[in-house]
Amino acid sequence: MTQLIKGETGEWEIVIGMEVHAQVIAKSKLFSGSSTEFGAAPNAQVSLVDAAMPGMLPVLNEYCVEQAVRTGLGLNAEVNLESVFERKNYFYPDLPQGYQISQFLRPIVGKGEIEIDLPGGEVKKIGITRLHLEQDAGKSLHDQHPTKSFVDLNRSGCALMEIVSEPDIRGAEEACAYLAKLRMILQYLGTCNGNMEEGSMRADVNVSVRKPGDKYGTRCEIKNVNSVKAVQMAIEYESRRQVEIIEDGGVIRQETRLWDPSKGETRSMRSKEEAHDYRYFPDPDLLPLVIESAWVKQIKETLPELPDEKKRRFMKDYSLPAYDAGVLIAERARADYFEEAAAGVDAKLTANWVINELLGVLNKNGRTLAESSIAAKQIGGLVALIADNTISGKIAKDVFAIMYETGKDPAAIVEEKGLKQVTDTGAIEKIVDEVLAENPKIVDDYKSGNQKVFGFLVGQVMKKSGGKVNPGVANELLKGKLL
Amino acid sequence: MSIDKNTVKKVAGLARLRLADAEMEKYAGQLNNIMGFVEQLNEVNTDNVEPLPSPVDMPLPLRRDAVTDGGDPDTVLSNAPEAVEGFYVVPKVVE
Repeated sequence: MTQLIKGETGEWEIVIGMEVHAQVIAKSKLFSGSSTEFGAAPNAQVSLVDAAMPGMLPVLNEYCVEQAVRTGLGLNAEVNLESVFERKNYFYPDLPQGYQISQFLRPIVGKGEIEIDLPGGEVKKIGITRLHLEQDAGKSLHDQHPTKSFVDLNRSGCALMEIVSEPDIRGAEEACAYLAKLRMILQYLGTCNGNMEEGSMRADVNVSVRKPGDKYGTRCEIKNVNSVKAVQMAIEYESRRQVEIIEDGGVIRQETRLWDPSKGETRSMRSKEEAHDYRYFPDPDLLPLVIESAWVKQIKETLPELPDEKKRRFMKDYSLPAYDAGVLIAERARADYFEEAAAGVDAKLTANWVINELLGVLNKNGRTLAESSIAAKQIGGLVALIADNTISGKIAKDVFAIMYETGKDPAAIVEEKGLKQVTDTGAIEKIVDEVLAENPKIVDDYKSGNQKVFGFLVGQVMKKSGGKVNPGVANELLKGKLL
Repeated sequence: MSIDKNTVKKVAGLARLRLADAEMEKYAGQLNNIMGFVEQLNEVNTDNVEPLPSPVDMPLPLRRDAVTDGGDPDTVLSNAPEAVEGFYVVPKVVE
């Protein structure tokens, strides 16, 4: 679904490639044994390697390599058995080495692809160019002092995966779908927590515009785009800016631009331009990384079922519509919860209860599924009670509300509150007779041809029984008596 | 490849070195000598020779993922010209 923008000279196509930095889930840093935990006191998680003291040598974290390989496999990408770490040279106070150890010519993961889900059920393939491992920098605080910056190196040396996409993305909507899908895959794999607020996942967006069918235009790289919303806004702003420049007879200069969320605009980062000569060269402190294909195979065997596979299986095995399956697989824990709930009971009914009722009420109260007071098996129990006519769907909503409040089993609640559906026809007949006796005028109305009042009579029966009568049975009995 | 004054100026800028004009001339000469010496390598035929990323023929040592270091901000900051509440303090750098 290509998103075109209208200019004065016709329509323009937006071409986007993304570079996503994803912090690797690992206990310790990429080249040192200090902790990666978020939120520690400043410089409390810094080794002399991270602080770049003279003579300190980097030693590669085996698990970070495994995580990069796992991610590569999850992105359907080729894993390079030999890769090389290089130095990317630039000066900044939160980069004590004066260079970042990264991978350049020979990354650990090469070409791959993922599928993104677009509105209307359309699926599009987006190519992955590469994934490489690199060190994160520290953090600078500029607002603590009028003339000084404060530097915390806790994040310095944490492992990042930089995941680069092909320029296959057309427009803000696809960019957001790409980001959402990538985050979902990383979360399923357990290689990155995908938390954009904490900065564990950050995106740089390369934007250019062209007339449909033309060659690629000159691109600008937008940095500091730190939420899905920001990605959308930055792309819309930047593409519009480029179209206006070209249509006014100008030329787009290739440059790095900064997204300013408070002003809602991108602006040139000149200082970054001058420093753009990174002078990469292989890091003499590190040998080439060689991994065994047997190890890659072993990692492949540990891969979980990924979102796309799970969605297809949910649609096939549980006969769920694409929308339901999509909502349920959005989080791995949610999918697991559904599967536990649906074991042995009607799957579509279970999906309805999980999506509409449970997720609805959790969302309303700002709680996550992990904080739910209702266990998966209890949802399954509720669905079973509806399916075997023990309670009606209407009563089930009341039971559900009590379950959410108390965490009690649905069967116990039904028992305790006497909510069992009345199936004894004798008892229902008695109620029906009472209703007919109490409403002689309505009965006359009905008999003289006003069919509409029938619903009222059914309602009265339901009300009198406290909702415990099966509406189908009530209908039949009423009809029989009104003949 | 020949190194002129402008190249010296650019490289010095990237390395954060402040050089006087006269020094640039001097270093251009010295760097040209070094480049000339290294360029002798171009005389060797390297067709069909794989690039050698390291002369050391051993696998890259790896470590297990365990927290074995850190937790000592005082030592880390002990050489800092200025520190406040656990932070390094440097002249303001902001975009």
